[in-house]
Amino acid sequence: MTRPVPRGLGQHLVVIYPALMLGVFFIVPFAIMLAVSFFHRVQGGFYEPGFELDNYARFFSAFFARVLGFSVLVAGLAALVSVIVCFPFTYLVTRLGRRWQVVLLVYILAVLSLSEVIIGFSWSTLLSRTAGISNLLVWLGLMDAPAAWSPGLTALLLGLCYLGFPYTVLILYPPLSRLDPQLPEAARMLGASPLRTFFTVVVPAMRSTILGALIMVFVFTLGAYLLPQVLGRPQHWTLSVLITDQAIFQSNLPFAAAMAIFLMLVSLALVGLTMMLGSREALR
Amino acid sequence: MPGLKLEGVGKSFGTFAAVAGVDLDLPPGKLVCLLGPSGCGKTTLLRLVAGLEEPSTGRVRFDGQDLTRIPAHKRGFGMVFQSLALFPHLSVGENVGYALRIRGTGRAERRRRVEELLELVRLPGVANRHISQLSGGQRQRVAIARALALDPRLFLLDEPLSALDAKLREAMQVELRMLQQRLGITTIVVTHDQREAMTMADVVVVMERGHTRQIGPPLEIYRNPASTFVADFIGITNLLPGRATGSDEVTVANVPIRVGAGKELSRGVEVTLSVRPEEVHVLAADAGGDNRLPGEVTFIRDLGASVEISVDCGGLTVLAITTPKERPGARVGERAMVELPPAACIALSS
Amino acid sequence: MMSRCLGNAFIAVVVAFLAAPLVVVAGVSVNEKRQLAFPPEGLSLRWYGELLAAGDWLNALYNSLLVATTSGVLALSMALPLAYFIWRYRVRYARALFTLGIAPFMLPPVITALGLLSFWVTIGMYGKLPATIVSHAIFFVTLPLVTISLGLESIDSEVIEAAQSMGADSRSVFTTIVLPMVRPYMISGYAFAFVLSLNEYIIAYMVAGFTVETLPIKIFNSLRYGYTPVMASVAVLFVFIAIAVFGLIARFGNLPKLLGAWAPRDA
Repeated sequence: MTRPVPRGLGQHLVVIYPALMLGVFFIVPFAIMLAVSFFHRVQGGFYEPGFELDNYARFFSAFFARVLGFSVLVAGLAALVSVIVCFPFTYLVTRLGRRWQVVLLVYILAVLSLSEVIIGFSWSTLLSRTAGISNLLVWLGLMDAPAAWSPGLTALLLGLCYLGFPYTVLILYPPLSRLDPQLPEAARMLGASPLRTFFTVVVPAMRSTILGALIMVFVFTLGAYLLPQVLGRPQHWTLSVLITDQAIFQSNLPFAAAMAIFLMLVSLALVGLTMMLGSREALR
Repeated sequence: MPGLKLEGVGKSFGTFAAVAGVDLDLPPGKLVCLLGPSGCGKTTLLRLVAGLEEPSTGRVRFDGQDLTRIPAHKRGFGMVFQSLALFPHLSVGENVGYALRIRGTGRAERRRRVEELLELVRLPGVANRHISQLSGGQRQRVAIARALALDPRLFLLDEPLSALDAKLREAMQVELRMLQQRLGITTIVVTHDQREAMTMADVVVVMERGHTRQIGPPLEIYRNPASTFVADFIGITNLLPGRATGSDEVTVANVPIRVGAGKELSRGVEVTLSVRPEEVHVLAADAGGDNRLPGEVTFIRDLGASVEISVDCGGLTVLAITTPKERPGARVGERAMVELPPAACIALSS
Repeated sequence: MMSRCLGNAFIAVVVAFLAAPLVVVAGVSVNEKRQLAFPPEGLSLRWYGELLAAGDWLNALYNSLLVATTSGVLALSMALPLAYFIWRYRVRYARALFTLGIAPFMLPPVITALGLLSFWVTIGMYGKLPATIVSHAIFFVTLPLVTISLGLESIDSEVIEAAQSMGADSRSVFTTIVLPMVRPYMISGYAFAFVLSLNEYIIAYMVAGFTVETLPIKIFNSLRYGYTPVMASVAVLFVFIAIAVFGLIARFGNLPKLLGAWAPRDA
């Protein structure tokens, strides 16, 4: 079907409403946020119009550079672990019979819908000294005394991975389920064991998918706001936490906006990179 | 005991028996076609041989060795897949050399062997190209070269030519057959195209609903089909219902027809006569004699190289195929007489 | 085969890891004591009873359901025409439109949240219920947009041409062919938006956290200022809602296909 070019108001009519909505409630807010990031902050109030780069300048301090570095590092690590675990997991799921696939997908969707609040609470309980897993290990004789593993960096990473897992599975599911099942079978017939088949055929054939998933999960975990507060110590608070903290509790909207703009630029750069790599792969 | 031997091999998916207890002996060095309509279990049978499916019942033996529990990658068979399954992330040469890489063959030796294999399939000098730069026929050759890289004991092909257009397919059938004879490699080809099977096979295995229905050289099956299904599936045939009225006589449309040598018929049994159209003669309406059915010409298909004439004989349509030179004078709508030579009439139980 | 067993074991390990928090909330919700200790003692449903008796929890539940239902409808109303327009017509800015539609969800939510916060503050709607609803609709519009686009892509163009050859104009093509064929995708897109909205925290908190208290906000507040196991019973309730919604979709629709698989293998 050759798709026609839309003509006149009539054919454009359908797109006007969604474009208007997204324009008013998504682009305009961004524009306001961008403007506010240059505004002057008024102590005790919100802000007054103006143009200053102070908010950005403040951002380039050692403290915020460290927070940004930490945020990127911890989100990157969580994304890496998520993809390393979920890629084989999703691959195995797509090779299952339809019945089990559906059951596992419903399960994954249920986990995906878990609120960050619940995830944070559950893991802090699981890693706590009073009611956590360490008690189980003591009971089994594997440890001497129960230990508190939360808050801490490991706890935070664990929580972020948990947050990222279902998301990663859903990103990887379409491309992996579309992978020709005869591809790994051909490798088997050529003498490769299942494990070698996985590493020499499935993984390389899915390179761009893996990269895309890495970046999307990275951006996703970068946005985690509650987990750093519940599972981490103050020094583990990420940029998302600081932005919210500045906006709500310090009432410093201009500074929060400046940080958000910066975070968005980092995210956008990465999303753009994914799309570029994706379209290059599609051309081949 | 050389060659492939299947002993009661069956495979069920849930309650559905895709392959139902097949016994098969394949002699070494021959090309065997598994032939049948879609869903008859031929691909599943091939995958059971390959080790890509585990049989629910029975055993798979090769040269006397029991392979039933041996995984696919340790069987040493080569396989060409229906989708070809060329690795999209590897070049042509890397695809062909994949098995050698898995086995740990050195780089130089690998390059030499890849070039040799590409020459074997008449595709030299493309090792560095990407798969997407090849035509359909070239990809086909790459898939064959890749499967032959380790000198497999058994060469398996699952509808290997189905993606090609008609002309290229016919050419590849001949080429594949010649390659197989040159290498003398035991080969199994799955196909639903009886013409392909007739072109390539030493032995044809006709399958239907998970069972093997007839096994033999293609021409023998063509001439002596064991059932109406086989007669209908291999080539074109006239299937005429009738009743045995003598040990070698069947009455069709109230006319007694003598049938060729074969097993004796018991009187009164319902049978189906199979008569190949090229054996049927269309004569003038007033021509007398035995084994002849009167009728009316309903359609003439003039194909240039051959002429196909449909004659309606009291509700039964009889198809005759002849050459333009021997074309009878009858025209559509006119009366005619069709002759079914006794030697061409095969009585099959209905 | 051994590799099959290893694969299944790996699946089981990941499933068990993902189950851990579910076990905790389920345990807390039926634990008799207020504080959870190991090993757990006493079994009771009192926290479920308290959930139904406590006005503030019920109010939060009401808010959440209201926001999720209405914002889902609003998101769907934007996603359908947008996806249809991009699919139906050849326009140069199609990619830009689609990117605009998926950007709210693809960016870290805190950014979208802050943008919306500045917006509502500017127009004086900060802290009002419609602000929460519209914000969620914008944030989750991506989900129905992606599923509906997936559904439109799966329509064979010859089906459309067949309808046109029988005299259907583009309006009838839409109502008699396109709409019925993408309906399952619309339902699943709505379900995604609905369930994720129920559990969304940061945006609801940023735009109206102190006035329109949704359940996730209420849970977090209860974690911070006076812990009560009622929150666990709420979480269990929500997990059941999610399983019920997605289970129903799987029961009456083709879930693998709705999630983007082309050829789910039947076995």
